[in-house]
Amino acid sequence: MMYQIPMESLDRLLAAIAAQQKLYLPTDNTAGEAVYTEWTQGAALSKKLNTLRSAKDFFFPQIQNMAKFRREGKKIEVIDDRAEADDFCIFGVRACDVRSFDVLDNVFLADPVDTWYETRRKHATVISLACTRPGETCFCHTFGIDAAKAGGDIQCWETKDTFYLEPLTEKGQALADALIAADGELLTQCGADQEALVEKETERIHKILEKLPLYDLKAEDNRERELELFRSKKWKELSSHCLGCGACTFVCPTCQCFDIEDFNNGETVQRYRCWDSCMYHDFTLMAAGTPRLTQTERFRQRFMHKLVYYPKAHDGLFSCVGCGRCLRKCPIHMNIVKVMETLKEEKE
Amino acid sequence: MQNELKWRGLELLKDGAVDRILGWRAGQFVYDITPDVFTDPEDLEKNFIYNEFCGANLSKYLIAESAKEGKVAVFLKPCDTYSFNQLCTEHRIHRENVYVIGIECYGKVSVDALRQRGIDGITGIRSEMGSLKIDTIYGEESVPAMEVYAERCRNCKSKKHVVFDELIGADGEVVDDCDRFDMVEKLEQMSAQERFEFWRGELSRCIRCNACRNVCPACSCEKCVFDNPKSGVLNKAAADNFEENMFHIIRAYHVAGRCTDCGECSRVCPEHIPLHLLNRKFIKDYNELYGDFVAGESVGQMSPVADFTTDRDAEPSVVQKGGDQ
Ligand code: SF4
Ligand code: SF4
Ligand code: SF4
Ligand code: SF4
Repeated sequence: MMYQIPMESLDRLLAAIAAQQKLYLPTDNTAGEAVYTEWTQGAALSKKLNTLRSAKDFFFPQIQNMAKFRREGKKIEVIDDRAEADDFCIFGVRACDVRSFDVLDNVFLADPVDTWYETRRKHATVISLACTRPGETCFCHTFGIDAAKAGGDIQCWETKDTFYLEPLTEKGQALADALIAADGELLTQCGADQEALVEKETERIHKILEKLPLYDLKAEDNRERELELFRSKKWKELSSHCLGCGACTFVCPTCQCFDIEDFNNGETVQRYRCWDSCMYHDFTLMAAGTPRLTQTERFRQRFMHKLVYYPKAHDGLFSCVGCGRCLRKCPIHMNIVKVMETLKEEKE
Repeated sequence: MQNELKWRGLELLKDGAVDRILGWRAGQFVYDITPDVFTDPEDLEKNFIYNEFCGANLSKYLIAESAKEGKVAVFLKPCDTYSFNQLCTEHRIHRENVYVIGIECYGKVSVDALRQRGIDGITGIRSEMGSLKIDTIYGEESVPAMEVYAERCRNCKSKKHVVFDELIGADGEVVDDCDRFDMVEKLEQMSAQERFEFWRGELSRCIRCNACRNVCPACSCEKCVFDNPKSGVLNKAAADNFEENMFHIIRAYHVAGRCTDCGECSRVCPEHIPLHLLNRKFIKDYNELYGDFVAGESVGQMSPVADFTTDRDAEPSVVQKGGDQ
């Protein structure tokens, strides 16, 4: 079932969703970048290709309190101070970020389930949006992602005059039903003609994708070559000028590493977790030190994880979704595409 | 200019005058250039690039490069030479192992500035008489180059190389009438509350990726206190947004008097936080309090706050009496 609404009524649609549950959408910030913000009357959907920070923040925030411990005499009290989560909706998620949720789910929802992540994930409805203007840094196609059919709970398309919605999951259909129940005039069901227009828009997007410079980039299944790639001499060259800053890991929708630390104020201990980056020298620091002594080893970890370790553990699924954020944001323009190309040369 | 640089690099390598060349390596697109070291003439010939996107300041890499055996030649733009001198002053670079080739610079383009104008899907860029012709998969665009220069280039402070062993192109002059303090003045004129809000707003976007710190030639500590679990001020996660903001104020204090205003911090910030304004406030204050001082202008010069004198210090009584008396 597909629905449509005139583009000029988009605000009405957003207001209607926000009346059901908390709604987040990409808007432009003062620096001119798109960021997810909570919808308020008048908020304009960003025209940018993608948000600077990825949508993973919703499920896996940069900093998160986990528990508190309080000591009284010989007793230690453990306090779970999590608030009950409400349903919320993320609007305008691109296909690459939608796929990134699969990548994260495989880790956080596998046994033992990460309940912090699970709660947020359960309460979220993902409304995706097809890309109208992909950029040269996009290579989602490499990983079999279709930017024109973005997936999620409801997938959408925006054309010049019409906005189309297609619920894909029960959750998505439930939201659509609730919207219709609240306002019978809001959404119109699409007929065969309109569905054909969506098909045409999909083709238009596919044509653009074909023109992208990275369209032909192939991701090779390197699961069998783990040791060989691990030992490759190329890592040294590739990493030689990496600043070890971690910008690439923080903007990446699939980077999932975190550190758990305690903050002790003498009376209570606040246990929290925060994003970590394999590019940092104190990553996985243990009493005996760190297992990756040089930037080369840290750098190798990032890309081996995306291209080899993760696929090995998850049926060949890559943990890069080709969003291009690291291509845009690395201060020295080192990135996963250059790594993939270099590793390929190695084979030739 | 690219050919001149390449040709000179090849000559130096083939003559054995140097062992390595620190320059820029071409990427997938016209703008995604990576700083890199070349040892093989063939590699240099094929992959060396110099264009309007070679913004990265190569000076900081010389801390590691000059500590290696043999000699390294480096291409430095005028503003990069200040960082180089400053690092020499701080004894971080082995000067005798470096051959500095100063290169003329007209300004570097910021890809972000192109994107802010809605230009995306970039497949090629050409300079033509002060304007940039940009090929995109959506058609051709044209913009005046000056408008999409990086901030530091729009407000270039010096076209003069403060150090070089040889020059390619002409040496310029210090730009006396540059407008780099305009925004600082505007901030000074704000009320304390307005200024506080300005900075809270800008700094609240920080994702603490550390790109600004790690690219900074003045931030050359082997291990930052904020990364060191033993320091007691480990700052992997800030307790709140205000603590996060303080990181930048503390960093600005730490580099004050050593920051040459090379503009790398603002260039690399993924969140476009105008970090250079913090540094420029210090530079402006130094100039006003202690007389003109330019970090990196020469090797061996002391920053006014590291070099107390009773006649110059803003509060000479402190120097005369000593600390806690
Ligand atoms: S590695 Fe880069 S391109 Fe791949 S998902 Fe992460 S940020 Fe996107
Ligand atoms: S190991 Fe590195 S690449 Fe992999 S998720 Fe963690 S931070 Fe990202
Ligand atoms: S690859 Fe780039 S963004 Fe990532 S740590 Fe290295 S310099 Fe920073
Ligand atoms: S580069 Fe920008 S986002 Fe990253 S730590 Fe510095 S100010 Fe924050």
